Amino acid sequence: MSEHAVNAHHPALRHHFDDLKQQHAAGTLGMWFFLVTEILFFGPLFFTYALFRSGSLDPSFHQAFIAASHHQNIKLGLTNTIVLIASSLTVALGVYFAQTNKKKALVWMLVLTLICGATFLVIKGIEYNEHFEHHLFPGDNFHWEGAPELARGAQMFYILYFCMTGLHALHMVIGIGIFVYILMRAMRNDFSPDYYVPVEVSGLYWHFVDIVWIFLFPMLYLIDPASKH
Amino acid sequence: MTTAVIDSAQTPQQQPEETNYLNAEHGLLSWLFTVDHKRIAILYLISVTILFFVGGVFALLLRLELLTPQGDLFTSDTYNKLFTLHGVVMIFFFLIPAVPAVMGNFVLPLQLGARDLAFPKINLLSWYLYIIGAVMGVAVMLLGGVDTGWTFYTPFSTTYSNTWVVPTVLAGFVAGFSSILTGLNFLVTIHKMRAPGLTWFRLPLMVWALYGTSLIQLLATPVLGIALLLLAVERVWHVGIFNPALGGDPILFQHLFWFYSHPAVYIMILPAMGVISEVIAAFSRRKIFGYKFVAFSSLAISFLGFLIWAHHMFVAGISVYSAMVFSFLTMFVAVPSAIKTFNWTSTLYKGSVSYEAPMLYALGFIGMFLIGGLTGLFLATLGIDMHVHDTYFVVAHFHYVMVGSVIMAYFAGLHYWWPKMTGRMYPEWWARLAALLVFVGFNLTFFPQFLLGYLGMPRRYHAYVPEFQVLNVMSTAGATVLGAGYLLPLCYFIWSLKFGPKAPANPWGASGLEWHTPSPPTTFNFEETPTVTWEAYDERAWAREADKNV
Amino acid sequence: MSDQAYEKEDFSHHVTSQGTYFAIFAALMVLTALTVWVAFQDFGAMNVPIAFAIAAVKATIVILFFMHVIHSPKLTGVILIGSIVFLGILFVLTFSDYLTRLWSMV
Repeated sequence: MSEHAVNAHHPALRHHFDDLKQQHAAGTLGMWFFLVTEILFFGPLFFTYALFRSGSLDPSFHQAFIAASHHQNIKLGLTNTIVLIASSLTVALGVYFAQTNKKKALVWMLVLTLICGATFLVIKGIEYNEHFEHHLFPGDNFHWEGAPELARGAQMFYILYFCMTGLHALHMVIGIGIFVYILMRAMRNDFSPDYYVPVEVSGLYWHFVDIVWIFLFPMLYLIDPASKH
Repeated sequence: MTTAVIDSAQTPQQQPEETNYLNAEHGLLSWLFTVDHKRIAILYLISVTILFFVGGVFALLLRLELLTPQGDLFTSDTYNKLFTLHGVVMIFFFLIPAVPAVMGNFVLPLQLGARDLAFPKINLLSWYLYIIGAVMGVAVMLLGGVDTGWTFYTPFSTTYSNTWVVPTVLAGFVAGFSSILTGLNFLVTIHKMRAPGLTWFRLPLMVWALYGTSLIQLLATPVLGIALLLLAVERVWHVGIFNPALGGDPILFQHLFWFYSHPAVYIMILPAMGVISEVIAAFSRRKIFGYKFVAFSSLAISFLGFLIWAHHMFVAGISVYSAMVFSFLTMFVAVPSAIKTFNWTSTLYKGSVSYEAPMLYALGFIGMFLIGGLTGLFLATLGIDMHVHDTYFVVAHFHYVMVGSVIMAYFAGLHYWWPKMTGRMYPEWWARLAALLVFVGFNLTFFPQFLLGYLGMPRRYHAYVPEFQVLNVMSTAGATVLGAGYLLPLCYFIWSLKFGPKAPANPWGASGLEWHTPSPPTTFNFEETPTVTWEAYDERAWAREADKNV
Repeated sequence: MSDQAYEKEDFSHHVTSQGTYFAIFAALMVLTALTVWVAFQDFGAMNVPIAFAIAAVKATIVILFFMHVIHSPKLTGVILIGSIVFLGILFVLTFSDYLTRLWSMV
């Protein structure tokens, strides 16, 4: 009964929910359903990548994708992978600290997450800049310096590279925006063991973006790197 | 205080105005910033009605051109824009949102015994996204239109069209987001906000239908989103995955497009079928025959609808082996649809049937859906489709299911829930007349098109050989009757808002928690969350509940 | 009296320990290193399946532990698997076109 009383007067309880538990359950379920849409949004790009890389359409693309990926900076890609996974750790710890009422630690975790996210985007920007300078951005400025018969496939690789990492980066930017908001609310002491669902669902979104990168890294950077040179 | 039951019609002057969701707050801003699902449903109602008539105007212009064999009213380029805009508006801005966003929004929380949807603010956002998409679409019309067909096939859309392709696909993208958020909202609400005692198999079949619809909205729409985005990227930057010169494949666009757009037709028909289940049950005063079969058939249609999209691509250049697989799979989706049809007719059998307007529309639905569904099987048959693809046979088929079925169900639902939504009864005689006009007009418009298509008249052409003129004139004549049939409700529904008799809580004696609330309901729907102890469509239990309140 | 039909109760307030989170992070680092190492080996046609499998394992432990699916209601798992099934339908049926286009007509 006392839990009921707490819930009934909790400032975060929305009027259409009976109690905080229902609100929390609805919030997390809603975010999971949203992640379903994201899976089906990124999915076709992964399909297209598989289609072209398999060589089913143009057999030269299989080799071309390998050759094109040799221009990827594996060190930067690996750094980004580590940074992003670390940010997933900080997000998960943030939820832990919210659940255990350690409000200062929560704020620190959110700050660290934002730092990791920003680092990822900076590194991505450096990579994109390198690609522009090496004439690997698709379009009029694209110039392939490798085997000429692989040029079409190499450009297709980079079309997919920029589409997929660009869409991913856009999701990172949105995620950073979301976590700035969560950080502000955390600093205002909005969260407690009774009510932390915004932290949890933002975390779910962030982990999803991390998972996309977990697949992108080997797909785009590690296609037969040993065959370089 | 339990739910007040206002019995029998009372003239407006006698009854003091009770507070309900319509008069709880006043002013435009209270509507534009509402989070009440019922008000949002009304906002959608007004918006989709406007867009419906915009799409209808395009249709009438098309039919006007087709009165004569020559292309004498419009140039072929203009004609292309007319059918494109007709399709884009009707599909994305009317058929997809209409039943879920108007009726689903209004009725779902009520049927679940909830105070609102799970995410009321996201619900409002859905409407705003719809409006933004619609405004973008209208802007495209005013700027000169788009001529790619609502299907946006590459490479015409990416490379050769000189019209406003990118704003149009972006409008579709935004509208798609609206659809996704509505589906998400409904799914969470159905899972987490059912009243105590409302187990899955006590739910109204409308809820099952909305559940199946929401699954499709969630899973399919993102694929369209990425397809349209990639189309825009290719058009703007001239590099992309659909360009054969770069090693891409224009058919890939069609795969991604139809992966959504085929399930999309089930987004349109499933909630319509949900309405029909409600109406048939109410006006035969029987529970739906084979409840579980109907419930599961909604889920089956959702699932099977995802397996069959390339039946739109049989002549596009896909592998014939793949075409055979898709043709085979397409046959299966007819099974759950047929199950529903058999169950509805079994419900009518030995029911105590009355013929108010909602029932007239529902009966029309069953007939038209039969024709539309069966002709779908003709098209699924690979050999036949080779002959009739891109002819008026296809046009007739999809209008039988989209207009003859979905829009009829929409009107059935509109009439059925009008008393609940507005607190007024519509004029029954005029409603029956309108239903008749719609039925006659619809069949006169579209049945000849089956013949035209079979005889070889291609779709999307503004001119045709003179032998086809008689059938085309019949079709245009039908379109004018149909138009009149649609205008009538616009008039009498608006009339009823001021002059219609006040509606009681349950004018039809129907089952469902929405009828336990006043007409119109209060803002929070239920003073106390009801506890449900009766089975779905159990008339006798509702009667016992109602007696307790008197 | 009232049977609670709606699944209000099934949200778990389970608190995963910090130790678990750090252990998963360590595992992810090891798997990342493995990903890079495997890429430089020659397993022939198996390179792609192995790389995919490692990525799938990484994704799975993020989902189970960081995203708490292991302590979440069964519905969450169903939703996740379901969406992958539908993505699978896209992959399989679309590939069925591309892989058979060049087959000779019988």
